[in-house]
Amino acid sequence: MTTTTPPVTVEEPVAGRRGRPKLSEGARAERRLGWMLCAPAVIVMVAVTAYPIGYAIYISLQRYILSAPQLTKFVGLSNYGAILSSPFWWHALLVTIIITVVSVAIEFVLGMCLALLMYRTIWGKGGIRTTILIPYGIVTVAAAFSWLYAWTPSTGYLSALFNNSAPLTSQPKAIAIIILAEVWKTTAFMALLLMAGLSLVPEDLLKAAKVDGATAWQRFTRIMLPLMKPAILVALLFRTLDAFRIFDNIFILTQGNNGTGSVSILNYDNLFTGLNFGLGSAMSVLILICVAIIAVLFIKGFGTAAPGTSLQR
Amino acid sequence: MATTTPQKVGWSVANVVTIVLVLIPLVWIISLSFKTTGSITDPTYFPVHWTWSNYSGILTTSTFLRPLLNSVGIGAIATFVAVVLASMAAYAVARLNFPGKSVLIGVSLLIAMFPAIALATPLFNIERVLGLFNTWPGLIIPYVATGLPLGIYTLSAFFREIPWELEKAAKVDGATPFQAFVRVIAPLAAPGMVTTAILVFLFCWNEFLLAITLTATTASRTAPAALSFFTGSSQFAVPTGSISAAAVVITIPIIIFVLFFQRRIVAGLTSGAVKG
Repeated sequence: MTTTTPPVTVEEPVAGRRGRPKLSEGARAERRLGWMLCAPAVIVMVAVTAYPIGYAIYISLQRYILSAPQLTKFVGLSNYGAILSSPFWWHALLVTIIITVVSVAIEFVLGMCLALLMYRTIWGKGGIRTTILIPYGIVTVAAAFSWLYAWTPSTGYLSALFNNSAPLTSQPKAIAIIILAEVWKTTAFMALLLMAGLSLVPEDLLKAAKVDGATAWQRFTRIMLPLMKPAILVALLFRTLDAFRIFDNIFILTQGNNGTGSVSILNYDNLFTGLNFGLGSAMSVLILICVAIIAVLFIKGFGTAAPGTSLQR
Repeated sequence: MATTTPQKVGWSVANVVTIVLVLIPLVWIISLSFKTTGSITDPTYFPVHWTWSNYSGILTTSTFLRPLLNSVGIGAIATFVAVVLASMAAYAVARLNFPGKSVLIGVSLLIAMFPAIALATPLFNIERVLGLFNTWPGLIIPYVATGLPLGIYTLSAFFREIPWELEKAAKVDGATPFQAFVRVIAPLAAPGMVTTAILVFLFCWNEFLLAITLTATTASRTAPAALSFFTGSSQFAVPTGSISAAAVVITIPIIIFVLFFQRRIVAGLTSGAVKG
């Protein structure tokens, strides 16, 4: 009997001998179990998104303007060419990248501080955690409206900070305001995930380190951070992917005027205002590609902290 | 570990500062909800003219109460289904070896990435054909699909950290894999599960785009979508007072929900469970 070692050596809970099988009964059972467990989730995800994504890709290869359907025809990649050669796209991309990087960085630092606070504070844990999570629970549209009113001259309490100079109409200030709105709302997301990650750090390790004379900062950077890597990856990755597709806050605060539009706003304008489905779908696919690149960079960067890698048995 | 007074003071200061900073915009929303429509544009932080009419207006119409119920129901069901399915998949990803695992991770991430704007129209078409339009399942299924990637990632990160020996011990004691999961693993992964549940629920609660696209009447419209249909005192006025009041009312269940669950987030791993 030829013995081919299985692709991955599997340590079996079944006691004793296993030999070197083609694929042991246990390993086969494990595979089946693995597939069966994943199947429902996969089916739901694929069923919901397969048709829309396929449809979007199909449409993106056509010239399809809703208000002139008789002009529909296959144009190959020219939609993509039109987008990539347009300064509007690159400008929106730059704005999006700035907003994403700045807000995620701020949210990470703040989120980490808040996570530590929520986890270790001496009194009022329940109150603190709930308070921090409230902004995330407020409907984005309502919160955005309240920010709009706060910053509009003569209707809000914050515009006086800028001498009533309508900060929402100046590009750098408006972008700062958008970032503020984003950070206020979604820092809770980061803080929550990071706090859950903090709970993975064994208390004993920290105590032992303290006994060994490690300072709080050393305990933080040498013990907590490395052990939290999987949680940090999830938090940063998903937050970045969400931030890249920012839409609600910009839409309400500035409608993307004065150079504050993100790629999603541009997408919306083309799809629903311009009714140019071909171009809009191509833009959606491009956004998807950008986002996929970000995801790949993250996962590569985090290496073994990514889920599904290096099982420790 | 005894806490010294400087420590107590330090934590208290941090607490208070955080609460204040977080609450400033929140109090602004509440005060907007109490301003009369005439004085909405007053630049004062607190209302000069108080009124309850915003609240009485929204709470007496079924066009708001029913969507609120929809939001709670759809959110709860979607969260439950998403957490269950994600747990199963995350367990498989974190514990078992099978081909196609990394493809699954990659694809599930990709799916979460697709701009919702482009999803809306095709989903609208499908749901009309399938008769799911304007129904609870019509929103629950897309919400589950969107919440699954985050759930799978978070939960697999947690499952990985649980010592393998615990499961082996359970099996040696005669537990079936299912029992081992429910009795041993799931409680230890509680922080991850609760976190995922909170995040998915809040996502469903907040979700706006699909809610307005895939619903037509209060039969299934959720609260954020209903907000966008509020009418002001005239067709030119943005009903900020009503929107703020609605936002406050909508947020109260969230507060209760989080207060109830937040303790479970740090149930903590029994780090002493595996000695040596």
